[in-house]
Amino acid sequence: MTQITVQRWTPAAIAFALAIAVVLAVLAAGPLIFPAGFTERLTALFVYVILGAMWNALAGYSGLVSVGQQAFFGLGAFVAILLSNAGVPVYAALLLAALAVGVLSLPIGEVMLRLRGGEFAIGMWVLAELAHLLVNLDPLVNGETGTSLIALDAVPAAARRADTYWCALAAMTALLGIVFLLLRGRIGASLQAVRDDEQAAASVGVRVLATKRVVFVLAAAGCALAGALWLATAITFQPRAYFSVQWTAYMIFITLVGGIGTFEGPVLGAVIFFAVETLFGALGVWYLVGLGAAALLFALFAPRGLWGAAQRRYDLRLLPLGFHVVLPTTGRIIR
Amino acid sequence: MPDADTLLDARGIGKRFNALTVLSDVDFAIRAEEAVGIVGPNGAGKTTLLNVLSGAMPADAGHILFAGQDVSRLDAPARCRRGIGRSHQIPRPFGGMTVFENLLVAARTGGNAHGAAAYDRCVDSLRLCGMLPFANRRAEALALLDRKRLELARALATAPRLLLLDEIGGGLTDAEAAELVDIIRVIRGRGVAVVWIEHIVHVLVQVVGRLVCMDGGRVIADGPPDTVLRDAAVIDAYLGSAAHDHPVG
Repeated sequence: MTQITVQRWTPAAIAFALAIAVVLAVLAAGPLIFPAGFTERLTALFVYVILGAMWNALAGYSGLVSVGQQAFFGLGAFVAILLSNAGVPVYAALLLAALAVGVLSLPIGEVMLRLRGGEFAIGMWVLAELAHLLVNLDPLVNGETGTSLIALDAVPAAARRADTYWCALAAMTALLGIVFLLLRGRIGASLQAVRDDEQAAASVGVRVLATKRVVFVLAAAGCALAGALWLATAITFQPRAYFSVQWTAYMIFITLVGGIGTFEGPVLGAVIFFAVETLFGALGVWYLVGLGAAALLFALFAPRGLWGAAQRRYDLRLLPLGFHVVLPTTGRIIR
Repeated sequence: MPDADTLLDARGIGKRFNALTVLSDVDFAIRAEEAVGIVGPNGAGKTTLLNVLSGAMPADAGHILFAGQDVSRLDAPARCRRGIGRSHQIPRPFGGMTVFENLLVAARTGGNAHGAAAYDRCVDSLRLCGMLPFANRRAEALALLDRKRLELARALATAPRLLLLDEIGGGLTDAEAAELVDIIRVIRGRGVAVVWIEHIVHVLVQVVGRLVCMDGGRVIADGPPDTVLRDAAVIDAYLGSAAHDHPVG
C-alpha cells in the first residue's frame, strides 16, 4: 500500500534552515560591521563549533570516543607551517594541511579503528602524545621553543583578521554541511547502527570498518583545519599549546553540554562554551575545574545535553536527519 | 551430493573455543524454499552453527557453499549482501534509532535497496511483523517481545534468500506463537528458505518440513519431524531431559 509516506523535511525544518541561512549571511558581513575584537572572538567561536561537530560525529554518531583528537589539531597547525614555509600561499596552506592530515589519518585509522571502546580512547591519547613528541623533534620547531606562521605575520593586522574570519566561517559552514549530508545519507544510518551494536550492524550488511573509516578521516581533517585556523589567529606555534589534551576536553564539554548525538547540539554547546570562556576564562585553573565539573554533571544528570533535552520535551525535529513514518489513517505521525 | 536445488551446503564444519569443541564435523544443507528446524539441548552448538553460517564467527574447519559459491571466507556483511539474513537469540536492536531506521539500514546495506524501494520494503516488513504502529519509536524503548519482532523484521528487510532464526518464539503465549507461525508461513510463501532454532517443538513442526537434532556439537538426527522425534538418540539426548525443562508439545 502506498498511502504510508516517509517524511523528512517538515515546514518547521525548512523555516529553521532558512533562519540558519540568514544567520550565516549576517555573519558573512562580520568584519565589515563588527568591532575588531569581536571579529577575532567570533573566529574562535567558529573553531569551537568545528571541534564540537567533529567530536560529536565521532562519539555521538559513531561510538568512537577519542581523547586524542588534539593530535590532529596540532598536526594541522604544524603541517600548515611546513607548507607555508615551502612557499604555498598561506590560506591555501591551511586547507591543504587539513587535507594532508586527512590522508595521514587513513593509515592511523587502520590501527586505531581495530581497537574497541576504552582501548580506542587510550590509543588515541597515546597517538596524540606521540605526535607531540615527533613534532618537537623537528629542528624547525626545536622542542618547545616553537615557531610561527611567518607568511601571515607580514600581512597587516586588519586584513589578516578579516581574511582569517572568513576562512573560519567558510570552513565551519562547509564542515557542518558535510556532516549534515553524511549523517542524513546512507552512511549516517550505518554509522549509528555501528554505534549501537557492531555485531548486529555487520549481520544486516554494514561494513563496520569501512563505515568507521569515513567518519574517522573526516574528523581528523576537520580537527586539523581547526588547528590550522587557530594558528592563523595566534600566528605562533608552540607544540605544547596545540597538542594539549585541553582541546579534547573542550570538544567533550561542547558536545556533552550541547547534546551528544544531535546535529544541532554541538553548535549550541560551542556558543555556551564561548560565553563561559568569555565570562570566566580569566579565572585560570578554576575556570578549567568548572568546565570539567559542568561536563561531568551533564554526563551524569542530563546525558542528552541541552539540545537533546529540548528536542524531547518540545518534540522538535528541526534539521531532518532521521525518518518519520506517516500513516494515512490518522494523518498524523505515530510514535 | 547436493542437487541443483541446494541453497546452502556446509560440510565438515568445526569450531573450538580454546580447549572446548563446540562443533565437530557438522554437515548441514538446505534446499531453496525449504524450512528446517534445529533442536537440541542447551550447549549443543545450535547458536554457534548459526553464527558460523551467517559469518558472525569464522569456522575452524569445513566449507560453506551458498548458491553454488564458496562463502567460507566471507565476513557477515558480505554474506548478508548475498542473501543470508539472521535474527539474534538475545535481541540486538540499534537502540538509538527508530524502529523504521533499524530496518532502513538493513534494507539499504544488506538488501541493497535504494530510495522509495527501500522505504517500501521496510514498511512491508513492519506490517508483516505487526510492528508498523511502532515505526517511529526508538528501539531502546521496546519491550522484549517487540524487540524479538524487530529482529525478525530487520532480518527480512535485507531481502534474504535464507533466513536464520535463533529462538524468536521463546516466551510467547499460544496466541502470539500462532501469529508468529503465520508470519513465518508468509515468509516461506515468498520463497525464502528458513532455518529455525527453537525449543518449542510443537510450534516448530507447524512450519518446518525437516528437523535436525544436535547434541554435543554434532548432528545426531536429520529427517522428517515425526521420524526425528521418535529417534531413540534424540529422545535420550534431548526430549527426555527437555520434557522437564521445556514445553515440547
